[in-house]
Amino acid sequence: MADADDILLRVEHLTMRFGGLVAVDDLSFAARQGDITALIGPNGAGKTTVFNCITGFYRPSEGRIALSHGDATAWHWLEALTNGGERNFTRGGGALYLLERMPEYLVSQQARVARTFQNIRLFLGMTVLENLLVAQHNRLMLASGYTLLGVLGLPSYAAAERAAIERARTWLDHVGLTERADDAAGDLPYGAQRRLEIARAMCTEPVLLCLDEPAAGLNPRESAELNELLLAIREQHGISILLIEHDMSVVMEISDHVVVLDYGVKIADGAPATIRDNPKVIAAYLGVPDKDVANVEAEVGL
Amino acid sequence: MADDATGMRVDTARAFRDAGITALLAFGLFLPLIGFETVTDVRNDLILTTRWLLLFAVVAVVGLGRLAYALAAEPWLKQRALLPATPAPVWLKQVGRWFIPFAIGFVVAYPAIVIATAGFSRAVKWIDNFGIQVLIYVMLGWGLNIVVGLAGLLDLGYVAFYAVGAYSYALLAKTFGFSFWLLLPLAGILSSFWGILLGFPVLRLRGDYLAIVTLAFGEIIRIVLINWVDLTNGYAGITGIPRPTFFGIPFNADDNGFAAVFGLEFSPIYRTIFLYYLILALALLTAFVTVRLRRLPVGRAWEALREDEIACRSLGINTTNTKLTAFAMGAMFAGFAGSFFAARQGFISPDSFTFLESATILSIVVLGGMGSQIGVAIAAIAMIGGTEIMRELDFLKVIFGPTFDPTQYRMLLFGLAMVLIMIWRPRGLISTREPSVVLKERKIIAADFVKEGHG
Repeated sequence: MADADDILLRVEHLTMRFGGLVAVDDLSFAARQGDITALIGPNGAGKTTVFNCITGFYRPSEGRIALSHGDATAWHWLEALTNGGERNFTRGGGALYLLERMPEYLVSQQARVARTFQNIRLFLGMTVLENLLVAQHNRLMLASGYTLLGVLGLPSYAAAERAAIERARTWLDHVGLTERADDAAGDLPYGAQRRLEIARAMCTEPVLLCLDEPAAGLNPRESAELNELLLAIREQHGISILLIEHDMSVVMEISDHVVVLDYGVKIADGAPATIRDNPKVIAAYLGVPDKDVANVEAEVGL
Repeated sequence: MADDATGMRVDTARAFRDAGITALLAFGLFLPLIGFETVTDVRNDLILTTRWLLLFAVVAVVGLGRLAYALAAEPWLKQRALLPATPAPVWLKQVGRWFIPFAIGFVVAYPAIVIATAGFSRAVKWIDNFGIQVLIYVMLGWGLNIVVGLAGLLDLGYVAFYAVGAYSYALLAKTFGFSFWLLLPLAGILSSFWGILLGFPVLRLRGDYLAIVTLAFGEIIRIVLINWVDLTNGYAGITGIPRPTFFGIPFNADDNGFAAVFGLEFSPIYRTIFLYYLILALALLTAFVTVRLRRLPVGRAWEALREDEIACRSLGINTTNTKLTAFAMGAMFAGFAGSFFAARQGFISPDSFTFLESATILSIVVLGGMGSQIGVAIAAIAMIGGTEIMRELDFLKVIFGPTFDPTQYRMLLFGLAMVLIMIWRPRGLISTREPSVVLKERKIIAADFVKEGHG
C-alpha cells in the first residue's frame, strides 16, 4: 500500500447510491500531503456527493475513505483497522481514520477535516467574530469545563477565550475582515462571506480543508485574491486542500493534481496540464461522445 | 383626489371602496355575533332578540375607522417611511443604560412600595397576585427562551416540566418530609432529566413535527397526572403541601413562628414577602445563568444551531448533545418554578398544567422577542400583570353595567395584542440581538439577519 509515503487522503472504490441512482460509481483517488487537489466535472457529475461522503454528511454505500495524521507509517495498519471494525487508530506520531465510519461532527472534531458549502452556510445573525468562535467550540468547551466552570466564571476559561479571539483575529487579518469583526455575518457582501466561511473552517485547525466551489459568484479580482489566499493557507500553514471548482482559472492556476468526474465515474486523474488536453475531459465538458470531439471543437472554434 | 405636500396622492375613491368592503365584512361577521341575542324569558324559554342599533354602531365604527386609516394614517406612515431614520435621541440612550439597574432596584423595592401606597392589609393581594404571579411567568419565559429563543427549538409542551417540578416537590415533601431547600434543586434535576428524556426521541424532528411531539409530551404528562390516582390523587390534586419555612422558622401564628420569633404581630404578609423575594431570587438566577451561558461556548452553539444546524455539524459540534443541553436547561428552570409554585399554593392539580399554560408562556416569549431577556420580562408583565389589573378595573362596571367582568375579555385582548404586535413588530418587542463577544465595538444586530430557527 505504501506506494507514496506522503498520501493524506485515500478514497477507494467509493460508491454512493440514492435508490436506483448511482451518483458516484467506484471512485478511487488519493490526495497528497500539502497538495491542492481539485475535483472537477460537469454539473451533476457527483462532486458534491463525494465531498459529503468524505466529510461524513453521507454514509457511502460502498468503499473506504482513509485519512492519516502525522507519521505516514500509519498506513501500514490500514487493513488491520478496516478488518478490526474500529473508526480510528493512533500509534506513536501517526494516526489513521476511516472517515466512512464517522459521523460528520467527528470527521471535523477528530479527523480534522474542515469544509465549506456550495451555498454559503454562515451563522448570518451572529457577528463575524462569533462565527469564528463557534468554529472553536470543542476547544473552548473543554476550557469551560463543559460549561460548569464557565458558569462560575473561573479565570481559566477567560484565558482560553482570549486565545480563541486571538486566533480568530489572525484569520480575520488573513482574509481582510478585521474591520468588520463586530458586524453581523449577514451584513457582509457575498465575496466577503465566502472568505469568512474559509476563515471559519480554518479556525477548526484542520489538516485537510475541503472547499465546495469557493470561487462561485466571485468576480475576476476576488477570484485572484482567493487563489492567493488558498496558496497562502497551503504554504504558511501546510494544510492540504481538496477543492471542487468550475472556475478553470482557479483550478489550472493553483491545483497540483486534478481528478475529473463525469456521471459519477472518474474519467481522468493527473496534473492540470495533462487534464487540459485530455480528449475525454473535453468531451465530458462539451457533453458529446469522444469521437465527435474534434468536430464540435472545430465548430465552436476551440 | 387630494395632493399633499410631498406630492403623494391619497386615493379617495379607493379609500371609500375599502371602507365599504370592510364595513360589509364586519356586518357579515357581527350579524350573528352581535345582531342576534338569545335570552331566557320568565317561562325559561329561549327567545331570539335583535340588537340592530349596537350592530350598526359597531359596523360604523369599523367602516369609519378603515376610512380614517386610509385617508389620514396611511399617507402619514408612507411619508414617514420616506424620511431618513432619525437616530435615537440622547435621552433614550441614557434610559437604555440605566434601565436594567433601575428595573432590578424597582422589583427589589416593590413590596415596600406597595405597603407604603396600598397599606399593610391590602398589600398582600398586590404582592401575591401581581408580583409573585408575574415573576413566576417571567422565570418560565426566561427558561423557555433558552429552548425557543436561543436554540430555536419550538417547544409547545413546556408546562410539562413545570408540572414535573411541582409534583416532585409536592410528593417528596408530603411523603418524606424533605425541606424546600433540598427539594428545589432536586425538582430541577428531575425536570431536566425529563427534558433529556423528551429530547432523545425528538432530536431528529424539526419544525412542525417537533412542535407536535412536544405538544403531545405535555399532554401525556398531564394525562398521567390525572389517571395515576394512587400517586397523584387525580383531578382532586394534592392538598396540604408543606409550605417553605424561613430557614426552619415556619410562617404561622405559633410561639415559634416567624412573627413571634422576630417580635412582630402575626400577619400573612410576611410569608408573602418571603415568597416574593424567593421567586425574585430564582428569576434573577435564571437571568444570570442565561446571560452567562450565552457567552459560553454552549450558548454560542445554541444560537449557531438556530442559525444553521448543518454548518454546526461541519464545525465539529455534536448537535445531539447541544440540543439536549438546551432542553435540559430550559426544563430545569421550569422545575425550579414548578416547585416554587407548589410550595406557594399549598395545593396543585392537573388543571394548573394545561396546554393553555404552555401557550401563554410561549406567547410571552414570542411577544417579547425570541432571545431577548428584557423583552420577555416586559411581555410577561404586560400579559400576566395586565390580566391581574383587569380584575381591578371596577370603574368599568359603572360604564358597562354591573354584570360586566373585564377578565372575561382576557383572551380577546390577548388575541388583539398578538395581532397588533405581529403587525407592528413581527419579531417581538425586542427583536435585535446583542453580540455575545466583541472585538472592538459593540454593535446591535438587526432582526433581519437573525433566524428564528426551524426546529
